[in-house]
Amino acid sequence: MLKIRIIPCLDVDAGRVVKGINFLSLRDAGDPVEQAKAYSDEGADEITFLDITATHQRRRPMIDVISKTAEKCFVPLTVGGGVKNIMDIKEFLLAGADKVSINSAAIKNPSLINESSKKFGNQCIVVAIDAKKKSKNWNVFINGGRVDTGIDAISWAKNIEKRGAGEILLTSMDRDGTKNGFDLELTSTISSAVNIPVIASGGVGCLKDFFDGIKLGGASAVLAASVFHFKELTIKQVKKYLKSKSINVRIDNLDK
Amino acid sequence: MKNVLIIDYGTGNLKSVHNAIKKVTEKQDCKILVSSSIEDLKKSTHIILPGVGAFESCLNGLIKTKVRSYLEEMVLEKKKPFLGICVGMQMLATKGYENGEFSGLGWISGEVKKINNQNNNLKIPHMGWNTLKFLKETAFTKCLLKKMKVTNLDDISAYFVHSYNFQNKNANEKVITTCYGEEITAMISKENIIGTQFHPEKSHYFGLAFLKTFLEQG
Repeated sequence: MLKIRIIPCLDVDAGRVVKGINFLSLRDAGDPVEQAKAYSDEGADEITFLDITATHQRRRPMIDVISKTAEKCFVPLTVGGGVKNIMDIKEFLLAGADKVSINSAAIKNPSLINESSKKFGNQCIVVAIDAKKKSKNWNVFINGGRVDTGIDAISWAKNIEKRGAGEILLTSMDRDGTKNGFDLELTSTISSAVNIPVIASGGVGCLKDFFDGIKLGGASAVLAASVFHFKELTIKQVKKYLKSKSINVRIDNLDK
Repeated sequence: MKNVLIIDYGTGNLKSVHNAIKKVTEKQDCKILVSSSIEDLKKSTHIILPGVGAFESCLNGLIKTKVRSYLEEMVLEKKKPFLGICVGMQMLATKGYENGEFSGLGWISGEVKKINNQNNNLKIPHMGWNTLKFLKETAFTKCLLKKMKVTNLDDISAYFVHSYNFQNKNANEKVITTCYGEEITAMISKENIIGTQFHPEKSHYFGLAFLKTFLEQG
């Protein structure tokens, strides 16, 4: 049976992790490569890097991080943040990323989804949706959540699928950072509207939130940053809990 | 000394495969080449054909490199250990049906067809870690499982990402399967030829043990 993926996310600024985890074994807690390796050793099913650097000189350090991580982590690696065009995607893939996540650029130029998924294969194009509740539905926000596009999240999700994206990374802006759990209504609505995997993100605070996102939200994968960053929960713990709740997770490396 | 050749035909995740091979040969006398030159093909002791992308474009990429006949000489006649990964395995089929109907290399009888989405109840691509089912014990799997040190085979999973399934004709060439709505061919084997639908280079401990086992062949 296909397993539910547990994906830790690392926010990287100019090649350094912004919120560090407290792995005692790490020599350098700000080094994304070491943190990614620690996550992968612990059983992460994928690793996601979000490049949050705002300047234009940011590419080089991120490329370096990706290529070093790809030499040490033998699980899929997704990179997102500031991806504007085909060249950016290509650069990340060549450095060793398996998937590239696009957000604002996909809204500004939706044909980028078509072009990139055709060129690199739809499995490596992830489109990120930052959604926020507006009366009955949800609107898509861009530019790090600062701009309301007025676009309905459900119709945008369907559009993304039609254009060839392989996956949707769905973040609830209402829940992000709150630790109140995923927006289950949003997750299940989007997940049942499309036939591509949906990664739920934003709001995880406790073990049960992971379970709910999968069971009630219908997510194919769950992504979390803070709970892992601050070691409130470990990946091992989450997987053991989910397994005890009869959720299919990969556990073959847990005891090594 | 080992000479591992990763065939470069303008597509595929060559870097990931290269990194993983480098990792499993860390303390060994082993040269890893990423190339499509005939010279390198002749020198190689182990050949890997990676593949990410569509069936036809991968096949065209391979044909463009003009190595096909040499590759067939090395694998089919000289019997060098060969590993095809993902589309690199699918290309070995008789025919592929991704965006049309195309002839494959024809080394392993079978057809590559789209995974049935069970009336939209299955998300396609089949993406993520899935449990492996070992259909039989071969010298390869025996060696592999010894490295894994697991007691329960049901605990072994590998990373998949694909929308098409290699429906191979001869049941005895199918070694590992997984399930996603239908039976998915996960590993095929015929003499010196091995193919995997999963990505060993992304399948963590299991994947690294798999690649290590492959390099012990021959």
